[in-house]
Amino acid sequence: MKRYLAIRVAVMPLLLLGIASIVFIVSRLTPANPLVSIVGERNLTNPTIVAAAKARWGLDQSIPVQYAKYMKNLLHGDLGTSFTTRRPVLSDLWDRLPATLELTTAALCIGVLFGVGLGVLAARHRNTLIDHVARFFALLGSSLPAFWAGLLVLYIFYSRLGWLPGPGRLDPRATEPGRITGFFTVDTLLHGDLKSFKAALLHLILPASVLGWGVVGIVSRLVRASLLDEFSMEYIKVARAMGLRERTIVNTHALRNALLPTITIVAFTFAFLLTGAVLTEKIFSWPGVGNYAVEASRKLDFPAIIGVTILGGVAFLVTNLIADVIYAIADPRIRLS
Amino acid sequence: MTVAGRQRNDEPILHVEDLRVTFRTAAGPAPAVRGVSFDVYPGEALAIVGESGSGKSVTMLAILGLLSGASVTGSARFRGTELIGLEPSRLREIRGANVSMIFQDPMTSLNPVLSIGRQLTMVMRAHQPDLSRSGARARAVELLDRVAISQAARRCDSYPHELSGGMRQRVMIAMAISNDPEVLIADEPTTALDVTVQAQMMELLADLRRDHQLALVLITHDLGVVAGATDRIAVMYAGKVVEYGSVEALFADPGHPYTRGLLECLPRLDIRHEVQASIAGVPATPMSLPPGCPFSPRCKYAQPSCSEAEPVLAPHGQTLVACSVLTGVAGSR
Repeated sequence: MKRYLAIRVAVMPLLLLGIASIVFIVSRLTPANPLVSIVGERNLTNPTIVAAAKARWGLDQSIPVQYAKYMKNLLHGDLGTSFTTRRPVLSDLWDRLPATLELTTAALCIGVLFGVGLGVLAARHRNTLIDHVARFFALLGSSLPAFWAGLLVLYIFYSRLGWLPGPGRLDPRATEPGRITGFFTVDTLLHGDLKSFKAALLHLILPASVLGWGVVGIVSRLVRASLLDEFSMEYIKVARAMGLRERTIVNTHALRNALLPTITIVAFTFAFLLTGAVLTEKIFSWPGVGNYAVEASRKLDFPAIIGVTILGGVAFLVTNLIADVIYAIADPRIRLS
Repeated sequence: MTVAGRQRNDEPILHVEDLRVTFRTAAGPAPAVRGVSFDVYPGEALAIVGESGSGKSVTMLAILGLLSGASVTGSARFRGTELIGLEPSRLREIRGANVSMIFQDPMTSLNPVLSIGRQLTMVMRAHQPDLSRSGARARAVELLDRVAISQAARRCDSYPHELSGGMRQRVMIAMAISNDPEVLIADEPTTALDVTVQAQMMELLADLRRDHQLALVLITHDLGVVAGATDRIAVMYAGKVVEYGSVEALFADPGHPYTRGLLECLPRLDIRHEVQASIAGVPATPMSLPPGCPFSPRCKYAQPSCSEAEPVLAPHGQTLVACSVLTGVAGSR
């Protein structure tokens, strides 16, 4: 297993270089001109400014030369400088990543917890009202656009009922806790600031629920389907013949097996949410990576686009590896080698 | 009373009377078991023999309440307690504790992701809530040892895929006897195993019967397995018992043409076979029951009257036979 992990980790940089190369080439092949966002539309007709900008950002060189330079910098851990924020892409991502990580982790916890619960409930009461309600709820979660669901819950729980705070990670006038992990819920606790912890937690509930609702949809349907598969297995019949309680049969026997395919899906979902939580981040003014990615694409901010893509690649590779390890632990038949 | 080759006054531990099982299918009701009666006495072994689809497994599954989507009528009493229609929670307490069942395929009968020790202790703790974790574990090792699994303590932490088919079936048997049941139902316990392992398995079951006064109901399609291992036989065809009697009587003087056919199918060492014998025709299915005697379309001795009424069990020689040609007893319906 150790050897297997070592190889998997060793291959990662190569894969990332491949990803970076593809995104670099694709971005350079787009017909649109990034100079618009660098110098502004008005200055496009001014050859001096355009030439200066091109030289400043290295866009006057041939694409192979640009590629070679980018790769050389990348190997030194330099993702380049954003056209729009004028800051190193790495710092931009470093600043935004914790917000997104905190949001997606919370969303994933909600999604898995409620998704598994709902899936078990639906499977145990298949083709009854409970099953139909669960299906409807899951369908809503995966098909309602986040901007709609987000606005809906903000309207209900923030404007009307006032139970939960509005957008943002903290109240507008509150000061951010000093960064330790970047997770506000963790950092406030580490600073011993319970009041801010409560605020951070309350701010997290709505966006995490909106994002997690979609995960509930995916997970609950998957758990229901694989549980029903397991119910038809011979070992379930045997467990019944041995007089085990129905609860034990479902929770210990069937669920253990049914959760195996869920591991992979949850890992994928997590990686996907890291860069794909755009709409939710937008609605809740969440200063995360998703927002950054959209801005970067809109402005053809090449370094930022590639940076976000590499981050997404890392997320997929790492979560997949973690999923494989968990899988190997959960299923004794699988040996990593 | 000598009916069905049995002479005793004690009460049967399992008394089944006129059991009927009908599955609801898209093509209409399918009567899989059509009025089966038999008794199992403490410590004895009864074989239920028949081809696939004859209703032998369904009969036993119905008794334990393990069929879903089927209507079950008739009576099955365990020590006087009626099992048909019994509350699911009461039935659960009997299953695995008083009446246990093992199945054909040891490869799929165990949960692949739980260690066999865990699965054994779960079965014990389901019926003995006071049993401690360590107590159950010690008992699991003891049971694995009892079913002749070497290095039982180590095997306890093994997962099913690390064991051979024969070992898995031994684990199944260990599970089934873990709560000291009085009746063990074995549904084709050796069918999926190698021939050499089959013999060991039957030996183990015989040992357990002797040591634990366990009554055994052996479901099989193989009369060869039955001969040395059981006391009495019920031969089933198309959801009914067509012959019922002691092993000696049935092997020495089989009555029903179907039983004779089954016995002729047994390979013998003293006769040179050119072609393995078989019974002509296809077995009747619940959805296509012929009129009258369900075996008549395949029967060498069939008379025109056979397709008029379905024969009932009546004495013939030393056994009970459902054949109106042999017994002269007119059928029903």
